[in-house]
Amino acid sequence: MKRTRVPPAIGLLAGLGLLLFLLPLAGLIVRAPWNQALGELTDPTTTTALGLSIFCSLIATAIALVLGIPLAMILARTRGTLRNILRALTTLPMVLPPVVGGVALLLAFGRRGIAGALLYQAFGIQIPFTTAAAVMAETFVAMPFLVIAVEAGLRSLDHRYEEAARSLGAGYWRVFTRVTLPLLRPAIFSGAVLCWARALGEFGATITFAGNFPGRTQTVPIAVYLALETKPEAAITLSLISLVVSVAILVGMRDRWLGAL
Amino acid sequence: MARGAVTLEASVRVRRDGFTLDVELTAAADETVAVLGPNGAGKTTLLRALAGLDEMEGRVVLDGEVLDDSARGVYVPPERRRAGLVFQDHVLFPHLSAVENVAFGLRAQGRPHAAAIARRWLNEAGLGDRADALPRALSGGQAQRVALLRALATEPKLLLLDEPLSALDVSIRAEVRRELSRQLGSFHGVRLLVTHDPLEAMALADKLVVLEHGSVVQSGTPGDVTARPRSRFVADLAGVNLLRGRAYGDHVALPAEASLAAVDAGSGDVFAVVHPRAVALYRSRPDGTPRNVWRGQVDSVDLEGERVRVRVVGPVPLVAEVTRAAVLELGLIAGASVWMAVKATEVSVYPA
Repeated sequence: MKRTRVPPAIGLLAGLGLLLFLLPLAGLIVRAPWNQALGELTDPTTTTALGLSIFCSLIATAIALVLGIPLAMILARTRGTLRNILRALTTLPMVLPPVVGGVALLLAFGRRGIAGALLYQAFGIQIPFTTAAAVMAETFVAMPFLVIAVEAGLRSLDHRYEEAARSLGAGYWRVFTRVTLPLLRPAIFSGAVLCWARALGEFGATITFAGNFPGRTQTVPIAVYLALETKPEAAITLSLISLVVSVAILVGMRDRWLGAL
Repeated sequence: MARGAVTLEASVRVRRDGFTLDVELTAAADETVAVLGPNGAGKTTLLRALAGLDEMEGRVVLDGEVLDDSARGVYVPPERRRAGLVFQDHVLFPHLSAVENVAFGLRAQGRPHAAAIARRWLNEAGLGDRADALPRALSGGQAQRVALLRALATEPKLLLLDEPLSALDVSIRAEVRRELSRQLGSFHGVRLLVTHDPLEAMALADKLVVLEHGSVVQSGTPGDVTARPRSRFVADLAGVNLLRGRAYGDHVALPAEASLAAVDAGSGDVFAVVHPRAVALYRSRPDGTPRNVWRGQVDSVDLEGERVRVRVVGPVPLVAEVTRAAVLELGLIAGASVWMAVKATEVSVYPA
């Protein structure tokens, strides 16, 4: 064993930092209305919000996979200023306040937005305040997590596997589906899980762009926020469910990471 | 492949970061050509260009088909070249079992029963019991053989091997080399391997192409090449002293006003080879017959079993091979002053 010494001040600050995480969790668990939890779980408001959350976040993750993997490939396999700008733009939603993202989406896809006006005039389609808007808001905020993970996976991928496949007679799509994607599986999996978790917790962009319509756009985070004023027990129960899901994701990812070693 | 007429004609130029590879190469079927050169000579670059993986200028014709012709804008991509490439560190697909690795190319070609054919290849190579193992469970020698089978299974016309043995443990190289030699013998296309290991090249090649700094310095059978080295690299691998000078009948004028007596030296620019065993060392100036006597200083002394290689610097720098007893007797340590003598009959001279 190495003989390392941690000064008391570092230990104290670290402990305070840990408390900041642990106390709210403890508060949630201690104050949970355990005897009412089952009743809240079967309450239509809760189940509807939960179902909608899972539906929207899964669709958002699917869209992120279909659009994000090609985007990651472009980012990983090109160089230059244009690529750097593209990459910065892609990761912008990770640092942008989600509410600002929601406003931006509204300005782009609202009825008088730059793309929304066209959609409305040509097809009579209105996106804001629909389930589609909730999915778009979640995709907007969560897709960067997938893109970043897959791009990192592609960068660390030994491209000679693809070259070997080509020299064995495999064309582009065979190389992509039989070699590139399988080798990227760990990166795609962890990126998709992070993306899904972020989509599941999305609040700011969703409430701004999609609003609060039970059964249509009211996802769990929005339901929690609104229930806190009228029905705190329901808010706490929904929060507990979210906590359980988050812990499950962490545990699942840890197994995945250890398995990939 | 029934036809024996498969040939490779390549003229490859690759320019990159101040490095230029410029190689003309021909090879016939049933012939193993080894491109031998030190690290950085451009060997892997040459293989990648022939496989179609890297951009190049020039022309590559395999079995009458033009694969590359920069002047006419012809380029056949790797997947349509029928050129099997075996990478130095095998590059087996880590997510596929040995048999699926071998079957990969067969599936890409749309061959039916790919898995069964792949299994047969593995069985024939004595690897049947490893067919379902993932590459990470294979030993280095097994991985090397699977990588070779993977390339051979697609029945290429050209087989390209990049340092086939260098990723392996020294202890198993001899065995894998024998196996490789057998495998190469049963492949009837053009076989081209690149290596920096002279032993590997000598053991496997019918024809040697020596590459240095991106160009061919010498080519021929291994025997010809080592008998008449034309570069320091080849002289070192043959273990002989190489001198360059200008011949005047019975002697060769060397740099630094030195002169080397030789029999039938001819005229013009020449190479002269002196075997280290032909270099005798003395404490004081020897009397008698040797016509080549120079003074020098011991630079280094290397023990190689019972023999000792003594590097002497001076107007004519040479390596001498002497016995251990001689080292003690003559007090040969670095910095010691010695006389070297070489008989004129021991000097072999040929045109540069």
